[in-house]
Amino acid sequence: MSSTGSAATEPAGGPPSRLQASSKRYGEKAIQGVLALCGILSVLTTTAIVISLIGPTIGFFEVVPIGDFLFGTDWTPQFEPPSFGVLAIVVGTLNVTLWGMMFAIPIGLGAAIYLSEYARPRVRKTVKPVLEILAGIPTVAIGFFAVSFILPEIIVPIWPGDFLGGAEGKPFMALAAGLGIGLMIVPIIASISEDAMSAVPRGLREGAYALGATKAKVAVRVVFPAALSGIVASIVLAISRALGETMIVVLAAGSTPQLTFNPVEAIQAMTSYIAVTATGDIPAGSIDYKSVFAVGTVLFVMTLVMNMISIRLVRRFREVYD
Amino acid sequence: MGGPQASVPRNRLAIAGARATTQAMLREQPRGDVIRNTVFAGLLLLAVVIALAGLIALLIQAFAKGYPALSLDLITNPPSTAFPDKAGFRPAIIGSLELIAGVILFVLPVGIGAALYLEEYADKSRWWNRVIELNIQNLAAVPSIIYGILGLAFIVRGPLDLGFILAAGSLTLALLVLPMVIIAAREAIRAVPDSIRQGSLALGATKWQTIRTQVLPASVPGIATGVILAVSRALGETAPLLLVGATVFVTFDPTPFSPDGYSAMPVQIFNYALRPQEEFQTLAAAGIILMLVVLLAMNSFAIWLRNRYEQRW
Repeated sequence: MSSTGSAATEPAGGPPSRLQASSKRYGEKAIQGVLALCGILSVLTTTAIVISLIGPTIGFFEVVPIGDFLFGTDWTPQFEPPSFGVLAIVVGTLNVTLWGMMFAIPIGLGAAIYLSEYARPRVRKTVKPVLEILAGIPTVAIGFFAVSFILPEIIVPIWPGDFLGGAEGKPFMALAAGLGIGLMIVPIIASISEDAMSAVPRGLREGAYALGATKAKVAVRVVFPAALSGIVASIVLAISRALGETMIVVLAAGSTPQLTFNPVEAIQAMTSYIAVTATGDIPAGSIDYKSVFAVGTVLFVMTLVMNMISIRLVRRFREVYD
Repeated sequence: MGGPQASVPRNRLAIAGARATTQAMLREQPRGDVIRNTVFAGLLLLAVVIALAGLIALLIQAFAKGYPALSLDLITNPPSTAFPDKAGFRPAIIGSLELIAGVILFVLPVGIGAALYLEEYADKSRWWNRVIELNIQNLAAVPSIIYGILGLAFIVRGPLDLGFILAAGSLTLALLVLPMVIIAAREAIRAVPDSIRQGSLALGATKWQTIRTQVLPASVPGIATGVILAVSRALGETAPLLLVGATVFVTFDPTPFSPDGYSAMPVQIFNYALRPQEEFQTLAAAGIILMLVVLLAMNSFAIWLRNRYEQRW
């Protein structure tokens, strides 16, 4: 189909002359090829990630049995003999993520409902970008804030005495990192959920009002369920971000691998093990080097599952209202 | 002819009925409902306030803590463990600027190219194009430290084998933010209405001429916004750089291809923040102020750009 070129027009009668390009337009095809290459580069990136993870991971499993890795509960790579039970640091990650979500889900959803249902347009137009600024703050700054402010100035004074071992005098704890991560993901949840709620058609709300529903009921019983897939997608995406967050956990959660969900214990997360261990000068063939990739594979698979669920859900919610 | 006369009492009757029903409804609404509504709205407002308070507390704390170290030394002096009162961020600032320059050089052509391919050329019914699309969405949410692993295994060592040089760090960051740029550029390109393209094609322009002279100029503000946001993300990213060599305590001005090592702003802040002594904590906070000022300026500019040049067709 050549839509370009010389379209000789004859006023009336004769059959329309065929549209034909005046040249073969090799340049156009070359450009299309170059642009396609740019798109393919993204697939190559994923392939490269998978390849670079798999090679050393297989090498790692030749030394450490896969069962010991996946189901072991002691993570002590520096001991002799070393033990690589990844559950200890997986639980460390989940510990921090859990407290982060406990903070971010109510705050994020509350902010989203407020902005979408209650706030006047002007308030919404100011508050939303300000919240999005929060998403642009480097995580190293949030980690610093978590360890030097949230921990000593907020958690320690509020924490009830010796409950769960007490918070006093601890330099690192999962809860501080969790709250830092919570602060980081509030804008993700608030922004995406607000988009989903704003996309709910007005008619649904007005129908509910006509039946005598109060504003709170409309928000909770009508808008919230109608936007549910978008809301869940935002939460799943936020979990994925929380699992993969590095700097906040390195700075605030410590590096003591422990199989615990206790919020006031120091723990080690998967990301902080990677960041602390793989600092450049580590010898390439060593078991420590390979363990970084094995942990990276676990993390990659966990976040991949989360991302896929999130993408699925967003698609569904788009199909309904676009 | 009882029409108009008869309709007046009928109207009255209807109005009275409606009023009675409404009053009955309102009276039926127990005071509990009113209270519940107010409490609910209050809780929602509290959520917004807590989120904003977190942001404000972060800014105030960084400023209060880093204020004593704010001086020109911070920008002009290299880091020092012996003299923390004279230590600064000079090599880190230069390193970050060079990293960002590399990111822009890579991400601009490749990101826009991929977006143009997906929006203008790709046939959505082909499975490989859907794979590319899904793949980009997923890449955008891969943890940054995984990109660090990619950089370590693929760029620093492995196939590219660049070594621990600044250019390797730059390429790693570029791959990290590429999906963001592609997604933003696609949205900007999609916002250009089809009639513009049809008009251009009808006048005899080729597809590429249409893109170059119509589609791209119209989508520049959107693309620029996306690129600025992506660059500011790259500027603040620490974790992947730790894996690709930016850990060295660098006291000289780094260059892109020198094997002597390099540093970057967030890595230097991290380095100071890890030291428990008060002077280094102050330096870390001062570095955070510097970085936040730059990032907030960039983000505000991006938002302003989006609002100023947003075209309504």
